[in-house]
Amino acid sequence: MKTNAFAYQRPDTAEEAVRLAAEGGDGARFIAGGQSLLAALNFRLDEPEALIDISRIATLRGIERRENRLLIGALTRHAEVAASPEVARDLPLIARAMREVAHPAIRNRGTFGGSLALADPAAEMPACALALDAVMHVLSPEGRRQVPAAEFFCGMYETALEPGELLTGVEIPLPEPGARHGFSELARRHGDYAMAGLAMMLGPRSGGVPSWARVAFFGLSDCPARSAAAEAAILSGARPEDCAAKACEEIEVFGDLNADEATKRHYAEVMLRRELTRLANDEERTA
Amino acid sequence: MNVTTKYDRPNSYIGSSVPRPNAARLLQGRGRYVDDKILPRMLHAAFLRSPHAHARITRIDTEAARALPGVVAVYDGAEIARHVTPWQGVLTHLAGMRSPDQPALAIDVARWQGEPVVMVVAQSRAIAEDALALIEVEYDPLPAVTDMEAALTEDAPRIHPEIDSNLCWQRDIDAGDVEAAFDDPANTVVERRFTFGRHTGVTLEPRVCIGDYDPSEDRLTMHYSGQAPHMMQSVLSRHLGVPEARVRVIAEDVGGSFGIKIHTYGDEIATMAAAKLLKRPVKFAADRLESFMTDIHARDHRVTARAAIDAEGRLQAVEIDDITGIGPYSVYPRSSGIEGNQVINLIGAPYELPAYRARLRVAFQNKVPMCQYRAVGHPIAMAVMEGIMDDLAAASGRDPVELRRINLRADDSYPSASPQGMKFADLSHQACLDKLLDMMDYERLKADQDRLRAQGVYRGIGFVNMVEVTNPSPMFYGVGGAPIAAQDGATARLDASGAVHVANSITEQGQGSESILAQITADVMGVDLADVHVTTGDTATVPYGGGTWASRGAGIGGEAMLRAATALKDQVLEVAAAILQGRPEALDIRAGNIVDRDSGQIRMGLADLGRTVYYRGNELPDGVAPELIATRHFKVSDYPFVFTNGIMASHVEVDAETGIVTLLDHWVVEDVGTILNEKLVDEQIRGGVVQGIGGALYEECVYSEDGQLQNATMADYLVPMAGEMPDIRIAHVSTPTRTSELGAKGAGEAGTAGAPGAVMNAVNDALRPLGARLSQMPMTPERVLKSLRQGG
Ligand SMILES: Cc1cc2nc3c(=O)[nH]c(=O)nc-3n(C[C@H](O)[C@H](O)[C@H](O)COP(=O)(O)OP(=O)(O)OC[C@H]3O[C@@H](n4cnc5c(N)ncnc54)[C@H](O)[C@@H]3O)c2cc1C
Repeated sequence: MKTNAFAYQRPDTAEEAVRLAAEGGDGARFIAGGQSLLAALNFRLDEPEALIDISRIATLRGIERRENRLLIGALTRHAEVAASPEVARDLPLIARAMREVAHPAIRNRGTFGGSLALADPAAEMPACALALDAVMHVLSPEGRRQVPAAEFFCGMYETALEPGELLTGVEIPLPEPGARHGFSELARRHGDYAMAGLAMMLGPRSGGVPSWARVAFFGLSDCPARSAAAEAAILSGARPEDCAAKACEEIEVFGDLNADEATKRHYAEVMLRRELTRLANDEERTA
Repeated sequence: MNVTTKYDRPNSYIGSSVPRPNAARLLQGRGRYVDDKILPRMLHAAFLRSPHAHARITRIDTEAARALPGVVAVYDGAEIARHVTPWQGVLTHLAGMRSPDQPALAIDVARWQGEPVVMVVAQSRAIAEDALALIEVEYDPLPAVTDMEAALTEDAPRIHPEIDSNLCWQRDIDAGDVEAAFDDPANTVVERRFTFGRHTGVTLEPRVCIGDYDPSEDRLTMHYSGQAPHMMQSVLSRHLGVPEARVRVIAEDVGGSFGIKIHTYGDEIATMAAAKLLKRPVKFAADRLESFMTDIHARDHRVTARAAIDAEGRLQAVEIDDITGIGPYSVYPRSSGIEGNQVINLIGAPYELPAYRARLRVAFQNKVPMCQYRAVGHPIAMAVMEGIMDDLAAASGRDPVELRRINLRADDSYPSASPQGMKFADLSHQACLDKLLDMMDYERLKADQDRLRAQGVYRGIGFVNMVEVTNPSPMFYGVGGAPIAAQDGATARLDASGAVHVANSITEQGQGSESILAQITADVMGVDLADVHVTTGDTATVPYGGGTWASRGAGIGGEAMLRAATALKDQVLEVAAAILQGRPEALDIRAGNIVDRDSGQIRMGLADLGRTVYYRGNELPDGVAPELIATRHFKVSDYPFVFTNGIMASHVEVDAETGIVTLLDHWVVEDVGTILNEKLVDEQIRGGVVQGIGGALYEECVYSEDGQLQNATMADYLVPMAGEMPDIRIAHVSTPTRTSELGAKGAGEAGTAGAPGAVMNAVNDALRPLGARLSQMPMTPERVLKSLRQGG
């Protein structure tokens, strides 16, 4: 388990990083926290010619409030996101989900942007990005562009990032007051990638039903997936068990070693029903 | 707990939880693991391994690899075989067992995915791995035999052409009238089929070795991460053609072993051969992927069990059919038959059982070889018997504890024997059960369980009674022709400064063997613990002996230590008496001083004595020729094994909608005889319980039908982690064994032996009101859900 030999570069700016990536072409890889990439290199699943270490680019790190949005730099460590008071207050879904991302040692090095760029189908942050309608900020030698989360995750470890494009940060609109979040994850051990997971945002209630709903599942399919059918059911005021029955209506579910397709579908329903029931009960209690 | 022993007096260390003398060294990063060793001119080995479970090797082209700068040598199986003789993992006392010659590297046919095919030796491991990528091997895939039952059918493809079937070994036991018990209509009869998955021992330090050959003296040194240096010395001599006395095996610090590092691995033997051929040190360190695909796997059984009780609840008969899959070879030199043998030997051991019938079949298959791993066979035997006990309790309307109480061997019934012929002495099942029920507050727990069930919360309680093999005699391996010592040796010597140096043939792989050797010596000698210096693991410097496995270190190596230290003390007192012109019987050693036994008055320090003997021998009276060194050996006689016993209970909650099992509590009462160091014993038990829980809930080597290991990474192969573990509460009953003066029985495997069955029974107790039952380990959430759907 030794990597192949590769060139190593450590640029100081994002612009320099994408220039080096363009030079390196197909053989270049960005390395951020290295928590996923190094395992792939040691297994020689990937044998790059050059690693471009972006971990010292200071401008890509940190959490910043811009009006009604929070901007999380791509290099912000999972542990920093987890400890951030802004995130805890304004994006409790992310704060909640972060507790399930790996283990403290990995959260100390793994980065927010790395998790999104990697797009592991069972990872928490991509699903949170979907539920929060986040927008990805992307840099290439051609300039900057923005990609909404809904268009970012394309498949297993596949994103809208073109080769050589750098994810610089993620902009997340702050949910309006009265919005609520739901989160659930089923894993065989704490910190493992999910057998099945749910990240959900519900808009403030009007007339007894949420004003909007975004229900995203992870661990079910080749990439995180919204459930339009479940969202429609929620908006129609259906009971939690009836909303849950719709959970996987349009999602193509793939089984894995820990849970086959039927089990995953069942899990999606259980999680959604339980979270909707919990939110309804909370609502009743406060009313 | 306070155990009062005959050793309670000043400098009393036996029975006290002293900190490990070697802990500071290891915690400060001063451990000497094999991979820490860098020898001059050392090379590194890497292996190309078969990607197929079963394939003919039609062509090997190593030319490009040889041409890579930094590559020193490339060997295929045929080339290595010119320098290494093959081995056979059969024991003659397991009658009828067969296993063909096994080469170090595959020749012509590869028989498991991961079997080494080509070896590269290079300046660095990275270069060696680069070279592997340049080797071309053509394979002609053969049908893989993976399912153990299918392996034994008439038309199954044969794994070895020279053997007429894929059966490695079969053993049958028939004792008492089993049929009559099952036919009697007054009896309650239950039957159940269990499946135990394959798992493996995940050691923090992988298998690592360095071969270092000195042609000037024809001496081979192996730096070894392993448990049985003397066994390895003999294996290397036999198969590499170096005289045994010229082979030295050094096992310094070992980062966990669990039975993994006690076998003959082709890659390690090939590494030694390469060192001999190249006359340069060669290191091989298995990486994690290689570990999953080459370290022995364990368990892998399908067991059908039937049992009958009479109207009073007394066991009348048990019948067992166990089939186990062991990969393509029986592992050398311990064989892969012992696991199954122990299963059928141990089933029912805690109970009075009049009739027993068993059939064991050991099948070859195209998977990683299976062999002895911590608690060999025990988890299967315990889980099956105790699962059946719960079924019998449910079928006869009895509380599980009540049924066990009716059947347990009585504490005053020893010596006694089981229908299998196991001889028991000094066991304490009844006392352990009483203590356990007290500790766990069983009645309150049951009341809580009923109350919560009404709220849709499903909790379960599961019990396991255990009998464990420890301190084996030569009847275990030596009798079957294996170069494995059942005895251990200890040397104790006093140096000129009055310090005591001891050497012992048992080994330390993290469990604290060296601590208890120091404790025993300091206790017997009457010196401070810090004045005892322990050496283990080097065949050049320690007495001959078996090593640490089968829960034998403390009981056998410890007793040898006790005897050697006692002999040294006698020698010291004799010299002291000569110097002080008194009688040895009137003297004693306390706190490092020679004292008057009765008054305690200090007469001279041990340092004075040492200096007098070694520097100023002229001051000694005429005719006094002191020996300040003593060696003693010990083996267990009269009994083939020193059995120990214990009991466990597990308390779990099952989420009936997700199948996820949450462990709430775990209790253990264990009788290890004399407790040398309670903290070490408790941590052995805790670690063992965690490992057992691994097998019960998490760990499984998952194979595809064509024999591909699906989860050979730490991300996919789930070891138990702290976050999921319950508090594990431990208490002791102490019945010293009559086979030694020390009285210590083994403690190293108890936790692993019992935990899987306890957890399985607890899960099934939780599922019972839902009409479900699960008989397959690991009990994954998905399997729990399926059992709920199928209703058991
Ligand atoms: C034992 C273990 C358990 C884990 N469990 C979980 C878990 O439960 N949930 C979870 O979500 N994650 C888990 N992870 C993954 C962890 O969160 C990773 O660190 C993270 O997914 C990737 O972040 P990184 O900074 O380490 O990225 P790296 O490993 O450095 O890179 C990963 C990939 O993303 C690319 N990349 C990184 N940053 C950028 C960027 N800014 N722009 C463009 N491309 C980029 C790299 O080129 C590479 O291809 C686990 C990891 C381990 C080792």
